[in-house]
Amino acid sequence: MKNLAYISIGVLFGVTMYKSEAASWFRIYEMFNFQAFHMYGIIGVAVVLGVIITQIIKKYNIKTFFGVPIVFDDKEKSFKRYFWGGIIFGLGWALAGACPGPMFTLVGAGFYSLLIVIAFAILGTYVYGVLKDKLPH
Amino acid sequence: MSELILGPWPWYISGFLIALVMFLLLMMGDRFGMSSNLRTLCTICGAGKKTEFFSFDWKSQKWNLMVMIGAVIGGFIGAHFLSNNTGVNISADTIQRLQEIGINSSETSYLPTEIFGMFTVKNILLLAVGGFMVGFGARYAGGCTSGHAISGLSNLQLPSLIAVIGFFVGGLFMIHVLFPFIF
Repeated sequence: MKNLAYISIGVLFGVTMYKSEAASWFRIYEMFNFQAFHMYGIIGVAVVLGVIITQIIKKYNIKTFFGVPIVFDDKEKSFKRYFWGGIIFGLGWALAGACPGPMFTLVGAGFYSLLIVIAFAILGTYVYGVLKDKLPH
Repeated sequence: MSELILGPWPWYISGFLIALVMFLLLMMGDRFGMSSNLRTLCTICGAGKKTEFFSFDWKSQKWNLMVMIGAVIGGFIGAHFLSNNTGVNISADTIQRLQEIGINSSETSYLPTEIFGMFTVKNILLLAVGGFMVGFGARYAGGCTSGHAISGLSNLQLPSLIAVIGFFVGGLFMIHVLFPFIF
């Protein structure tokens, strides 16, 4: 039952990524060329609503569907890992035109060459795990 | 009416639905973050035996794999039942700039066929390097577009803002500095 709920949320996410065209390489290219408001509008609306949702949950101590309090963890304070990690991610995002959600959505949509992107994204994650202690964080 | 659903969805609807996804995952007691699945997949493949970073009970992340499977199904539904054409509704300026680098498929295909539809050595290399950097960078930064740009910024986290600025520095460098050498 719970699995079905998660799959349904994933379907909502996947359909939204596909139909908003946020899963399209073309839209990422357009965004980094500042030639349309579209992607900025999507992220902007999601973040503004997200801030409101997060504040309301905190203020009114809203609990989960199962009655457990929702706790927000603060991210570890640092600069290097976020900045350099972010840059490497951004380079890949612009090149492959897909981030870790949409790359799966695109396989469902029938673009099987994304399996190459996914395989190497898993490899990249693995290499990070191996090198983790040697990298500045 | 059908055009409203079958055409590209506007940014305000899409942004609202992404916030809804984040809210539903919070209400389930979890967090919106898709790149964690890549780490879980490493663990399932046995990476935890040698590397501590992957040594955790992957079943604790099963919920997120379900979201991932849903995202695959969502792509299938979006492409096969909710779309009446395959092109992407990008701006005329972008179409023109793409033509200058030899990409002409935006009106007929959801992804550039020049990159995703032809298995040349160059294209495979491009997808492999892109995928590798997405996976490596997401874990190094501790999250991707969903974990930092949506969940993190929603919780007013400075680290997430730094990461998102990094995403854009990297993306702009790729498109404006490196693309002329690639295409």
